[in-house]
Formats: sequence, C-alpha cells, structure tokens
Amino acid sequence: MPDNSPAFVPAVEVRNLSAGYNGHVALEDVTFSVERGCLAGLVGPNGSGKSTLLRVMLGLHKPWRGEVRISGPPGRSGRGHIGYMPQSELVDWSFPITVVDVVLMGRYGRVGLIRRPGGRDREIAMAALERVHLAHLAQRRIGELSGGEQRRMLIARALAQEADLVLLDEPLAGLDATAQHDLLRLLEELRREDKTLFVATHDLSCVAANFDHAVLLNRKVVAFGRPSEVFTEQLLAAAFQRHLLVLPGGERTLVGP
Amino acid sequence: MNELLYLLREPWTFEFMQRALIAAVLVSVVAAVVGSFVILKGMAFIGDALPHASFGGVAIAFALGFNLHLGGAVAALLTALSIGFIARRGSVRYDTAIGIVFISGFALGILIVSTQSGYVVDLFSFVFGNVLGVSWTDVWLTVGLGAFILIAVALFYKELLFTAYDPSMAAATGVPVAAMQYGLLALIGLTVVIALQVMGIVLVLAMLVAPPATAQLLTRRLPPMMAIGALVGALSALGGLYIAWYADVSASAAIVLTATGFFFLAFLFAPGRGLLWQRRFVLTESA
Ligand SMILES: Nc1ncnc2c1ncn2[C@@H]1O[C@H](COP(=O)(O)OP(=O)(O)OP(=O)(O)O)[C@@H](O)[C@H]1O
Ligand SMILES: [Mg+2]
Repeated sequence: MPDNSPAFVPAVEVRNLSAGYNGHVALEDVTFSVERGCLAGLVGPNGSGKSTLLRVMLGLHKPWRGEVRISGPPGRSGRGHIGYMPQSELVDWSFPITVVDVVLMGRYGRVGLIRRPGGRDREIAMAALERVHLAHLAQRRIGELSGGEQRRMLIARALAQEADLVLLDEPLAGLDATAQHDLLRLLEELRREDKTLFVATHDLSCVAANFDHAVLLNRKVVAFGRPSEVFTEQLLAAAFQRHLLVLPGGERTLVGP
Repeated sequence: MNELLYLLREPWTFEFMQRALIAAVLVSVVAAVVGSFVILKGMAFIGDALPHASFGGVAIAFALGFNLHLGGAVAALLTALSIGFIARRGSVRYDTAIGIVFISGFALGILIVSTQSGYVVDLFSFVFGNVLGVSWTDVWLTVGLGAFILIAVALFYKELLFTAYDPSMAAATGVPVAAMQYGLLALIGLTVVIALQVMGIVLVLAMLVAPPATAQLLTRRLPPMMAIGALVGALSALGGLYIAWYADVSASAAIVLTATGFFFLAFLFAPGRGLLWQRRFVLTESA
C-alpha cells in the first residue's frame, strides 16, 4: 500500500467513514487516502456509493461516522477549495444560462459573498473553456449543448475553481474517443501542476492504463492501491459480484466481462 | 390628436389614479424580478400558496382587531419559511409541503371569517385586490418594501442564481445555500405582501408568473429575462389601469389580462421560439 512510503503526502484522508440515506447504508467503514499530485480512480458497480463518497468528501452529505481530512496550503484547506464536477444527470439543463456563466460559477467561492466576479475571473473562466475546447460555445445556452459538451463544460467549471484537489464524478462517460483522449491528457497536465485528482469512473481499462491509484468500492473499500494491485480477477470479482477478465498487455491493460 | 392626448392624460389627473399607477407599476416590476426565480425553480405553486395562506393571517387580524395588512404579511412570511423548513427535511416533495401549508392557512381564514357575524367587506379587498383604493401610506410602504426586495436581489444576485441553478455545487463552493433558499422564500413572501393589496389573493400569482414567462420566451439569460419581465409587468400595469378607467372594470383583472395578453403575443410571435415562427419554418421546409 502506498501509505507505507515515507514520501507519501496525503491530499485527502478518509477514515472509518459510514454514510447513507434514511437508514439505507451506502458507505460502510471506508478508509483510504489519496496522495498529493496523483491521479486516483474510484471504481465500483452502479450503486456502490461512488457519488455518495464524493458528496461526503465535499461536505454536501453528512456522514454518520468517520472523518474526511483535506490537507492543503495554509488557509486554503477549506472545503470551498475542492474542485467538483457532478454527475451531469443532476444538473438542470433547462435553466436560462450560458456556458461561460456556468463556468464563472466556479469562481464564486473565491469571489466571496455579494462581490461580483471581475475581469480576472472572466479570463480564468475563458481559459478553462479553452482547455476543454469549448471556448467557441461560451455564449451558448446550456440546454443547447450535446451530452459530451455538457460534460466538458462541467469540467471547465471545476478547472475554474483552481482547486488543488478536484473530485470528478464520471467525467469520461458519454465522451467520444478523441474527447476521452483529450480529457486524459488534461488530467495528466493537471497532475503535473501538482493537483490531486480523484475520479469516479466505470472505465476500468482507462484507470488501469493511466491512473496512479485506484480505490475499488462496493459499499466498503474492497481494495486500494496501484491499479496493477487492485485490478486482479479476485478483487474485481469481489467488488462486481461477477467474473471480469483482466488482460495485461504491457502498456495497455484491458478489463472487461 | 389633442383629443387623444387628452384621453391619455385624463386618468392621471386624479390623485387616486396616480397612487394606483405608482403602486401597480412598482408591484409588477418587483413581482417580475422575484417571479423569474419562481418560474425557473418550478415554484409557481408557491405564488398561489402564499396569498391564500396569508388570508388566514388577515382573518385572524380581523377577528382580533389588528391591522389587516400586518396580519397578512406575518402569515405570508411564516408560510414561506415553514414551506422551506418542511421541504428541506426532504421527506415530502416541495409541492406537497406547499399544498399542505397553504390549505391550512386558507382554511383557517375561512373558518375564522365564518365565525364573524359583522362587517366582512374589508376582507374582500384582500380577495380581489383594491388598487384604486390605496392610500399614500400604502404607496410609501410599497415603495420601501419594493426597494428593499430589489436591492436584496441585486446584492445577492450571484448567490441566488447559483443556488437556484445548482444547489449542491453552490454549497460545495461555499455559498450559504440554506440562507439563500430561505432568503428567496422570504423575498417571495414580501413580494406577495405588497402585491396582495394591488392584485388580491386570487391574482397575485399571475403577476409573479406571466411577465417573467413572457420574458423567458424572448431571451436566453436571466438578467435580460428579469429586465424584460419588469418592462412587461410595468406596461401591463399601465395598460390595465387605462382599461379599468375607460371600460370601468376591475383594475387588477385588467392588469392581469394585459399581462397574459403579452404572454400569448410572445408565445405566438417570439423570434425562433414562437408558435408561428416554428410553423412558418415547417411550412417553408416542406414547400
Ligand atoms: N438521494 C438518495 N436517497 C436515497 N438513497 C440514495 C440516494 N442517492 C443514492 N442512494 C443510494 O445509495 C447507494 C449509493 O448510491 P451512489 O449514487 O453513491 O452510487 P454510485 O456508485 O455513484 O452509482 P452510479 O455508478 O450508478 O453512479 C445506492 O444504493 C443508491 O440507491
Ligand atoms: Mg454515481
């Protein structure tokens, strides 16, 4: 496990966390940590608690027990400084608002109450849109975006937050092959900027090939470590309750039924 | 020509019409701004619930001999906040919470009125509105509260917008979402309070919904939606008062029908989104 190495600096530590809804248990005794400056994947079947875990980490959902410790530079470790991209089904796409306005919302936490976002914030928002190749749609109404464009807009908003820790809920879903590739490039770029990225996804092969760490979740943490340690047929079978093939092929590891 | 100018000017030579105009225009503008949030959140129901529930407060005030407006105001605010409280528990749906609270308030009002044997005509001005009967005190109160509401929306525009659009993301970035949700409900409550006198219980909803709904058909962003809604509201107030003056009909009903008239015009002719526009597009395509 990576937390044995002395150089390990956790960006976020989750300890003995349990959470759920009206008596329904969604997370049970979850413990893991994510190293600063790494790209970590959160994988598990539908309903395994991935979104719930991210929401608890953000302080949006109150856990029953346990704690989440976010470390960051002094004065900037508050939860307002965690970047977040929600699962896009939860967003109100009929709202009369333009793409750049939504991305600008990523700045609100920094701008503070009552004050207006300024020219600098607009520049950051536009730069974030450029990074996801969406600058040409800045003035579009959000309801007029395609599914992949919607996702990229939400990623741009998370970028505009300029947070050191970014939680992304299924950013890869619904993206075409080039967009997925671009997004992975972007995540790697952010990692080089010493940001910590924690990504919930169903794309096991992608995590196996590109990520530094993986948390395998099914209400409890089934495994946690390097993808090569986590994605064994036994552990995956334990998490997904069915047999998955793991085909290690040098650079590319394929995981599938 | 002079004839026409005279006809246009005549109503405003009377002081009660001047008061009515100031009150009606102001109420319509405030209602359009606050109403923009109401229709975006699908809360139109609340615009109906608050005036009805406030009837309970008016009736209690009437029975106890207190100021009727104060009774209505307290009831509208209490209702708004308790709806927020119930809905935030999350165990019942928002519209269910609203339905329960509003029926209780309205039923209480009817119950109390049924026990009163005396003079209940005062209560009717609350049901149907009485814009031609507003006093200067009423006008100044409307100006004060209206200004307060508009300033609050302007100051917290960014937070109200974010909370309305995406409450969980807003909370994650540190916006005080609960305060904003209660704040918006309180602003809706205050808007209802000033609108009650002009529009009456039955018609307040129309001024919260029709002007912003018209504006929504004409723009794609919230700030112009509020501005156009305010303009539509103000024009409806003006037009409605003319109609009331020359046709000798209920002012509040005339204002509401003018506003809904604007809505149907936009619904038919709005560029790109109007019914006729779409129809024409289909026709040219098939031709
Ligand atoms: N608002 C809610 N109220 C009640 N139960 C919920 C709620 N949200 C999620 N759950 C339940 O909690 C469990 C975990 O849900 P969660 O959304 O965290 O799963 P997930 O891993 O993100 O799934 P997916 O891969 O489908 O997005 C599920 O059993 C789900 O039914
Ligand atoms: Mg999920």
